[in-house]
Amino acid sequence: MKLTERDVEHVANLARLNLTPEEKQKMTRELAEIIGFADKLNQLDTQGVEPTAHVLPISNVFREDAVRPSYDREDILSNAAAVEDGCVKVPKVVE
Amino acid sequence: MELYRYTAHEIRDMLRNKETSVPELVKACLERINQVEPKVKAYVTVCEDEALRKAAEIQKGFDLGEDMPALAGVPMALKDNMCTKGLVTSCASRMLDNFVPPYDAAVVNKLSEEKAVLLGKMNMDEFAMGSSTENSYYKQTKNPWDLECVPGGSSGGSAAAVAADEAVFTLGSDTGGSIRLPAAFCGTVGLKPTYGSVSRFGLVAFASSLDQIGPLTKDVTDCALVMNAISGHDPHDSTSANVAYPDYTKALVNNVKGLKIGLPKEYFGEGINPEVGKTVEKAVELLGELGAEYEEFELPITEYALPAYYLISSAEASSNLARYDGIKYGYRAERFDDLIDLYRQSRSEGFGPEVKRRIMIGTYALSAGYYDAYYKKALQVRTLIKRGFDKAFEKYDVIITPVSPTTAFKIGEKAEDPLEMYLSDICTVSVNIAGLPGMVIPCGFDSKGLPVGLQLIGKPFDETTLIRAAYTFEQNTDYHKRRPNL
Repeated sequence: MKLTERDVEHVANLARLNLTPEEKQKMTRELAEIIGFADKLNQLDTQGVEPTAHVLPISNVFREDAVRPSYDREDILSNAAAVEDGCVKVPKVVE
Repeated sequence: MELYRYTAHEIRDMLRNKETSVPELVKACLERINQVEPKVKAYVTVCEDEALRKAAEIQKGFDLGEDMPALAGVPMALKDNMCTKGLVTSCASRMLDNFVPPYDAAVVNKLSEEKAVLLGKMNMDEFAMGSSTENSYYKQTKNPWDLECVPGGSSGGSAAAVAADEAVFTLGSDTGGSIRLPAAFCGTVGLKPTYGSVSRFGLVAFASSLDQIGPLTKDVTDCALVMNAISGHDPHDSTSANVAYPDYTKALVNNVKGLKIGLPKEYFGEGINPEVGKTVEKAVELLGELGAEYEEFELPITEYALPAYYLISSAEASSNLARYDGIKYGYRAERFDDLIDLYRQSRSEGFGPEVKRRIMIGTYALSAGYYDAYYKKALQVRTLIKRGFDKAFEKYDVIITPVSPTTAFKIGEKAEDPLEMYLSDICTVSVNIAGLPGMVIPCGFDSKGLPVGLQLIGKPFDETTLIRAAYTFEQNTDYHKRRPNL
């Protein structure tokens, strides 16, 4: 299957990335090569094979629901690019 | 011998015998850093004042004759993707250039309880994506054995610092070989523990089902000591294994009699540099002379591991890295049109090319219409790879392979060809896919004088067998004692 620049645009949109025209061109070439390499997997018959998302047989891990100290608001906010009145500031969300 | 050259277990004994002090040791390491760092460029942050303050505090414990932990006073450093409270944790990315974590990673807490002294944070490939440390936003770490060569990656700074005696030991993280490849290229010991045996709490996520923290050390004894300190169940990590963890130092036994070693043919054939293959084979012969039994066998789905790895790891990365949106922390672009464009512009300016590439591969593999063909297919192949190892371990105690097809390559040699770079990980990725422990020890040098590593792969939670085999090899060779001329 051939990967086009339009496919790359679509994927970049899903991934929330802006690509320059040069980046788009390069990415199309490189992704086609890497995906082509991954197509090798189609040589293997995996009919009826269960997928493994995780190697350990662990599921539904719970811990006790206890009250514990939380992080300091100032510490947390100190990493945000814009802050106002103890909140993270973002551009207008609803027009 | 200069103080910075000693191993952690030697330091442990020297501090107890009052042959040196913690401040002396830390000063020696800091001086060493000042001396060789302009050449090696392994650190992104050195915390000199804090290290000296800590050293003085820990020395008091020794002076008062308190019962001190094994790693007390040992100068060490961490890959810069492990969160350190109040100290920038950058992942060598512009995205996290200013990120100051409000908490410590579980391993940082553990090493702090052990009273080890943090010297600083190590350079790496951005977000741990890479095999050469060429993808760092900050600088190019050099291989101490040949400054024109890469140290391997992604834990390149962690390995180079140990090889250059800029830290007694370091921690790295390994998603597809990121501890083992640099350990091999720099001639250190490195261990990627069984998935789930070291907490990932506070490790900046790359591919959560594959990531694992582990030690890079000067010898096998130190590896066991550090594993004792960092392994164990952690309720903060839902993938942490709640099992009984051994005292790894009990495995430091110079005896491999009757040990059954399997050599997968697929790892020794085509594509592997003959010098590397031969050096590893000679090491296996030595283990044979020491009483181990070895034979070749077939591990048939090996060739599918690399494509499966790049699909799984990139898919998980695209999901994990979706959190970087320029809002709560991380880089925010100055110019943008609206909220969506703020996300896009911040991510486009904050991430480097390799990270973008992986996000794109992963997003593609997870997108509508391709999910079954790529992501699900890769997870099915993962099942087959795991089965292949399960079957092999019915017969063998340990599997031995080369670590990478070549020794350290030249800086820039593979930088423009992502696929060629990915092939560096061909011998290591299966271990992460199957969640197994993988250990690397130096086993010789090539004709250019560059270290060759040997990989030991074990059953889940059977690090002790790897440590015993590695220790036996080490006791009968001196590769681990050689140091680069800097």
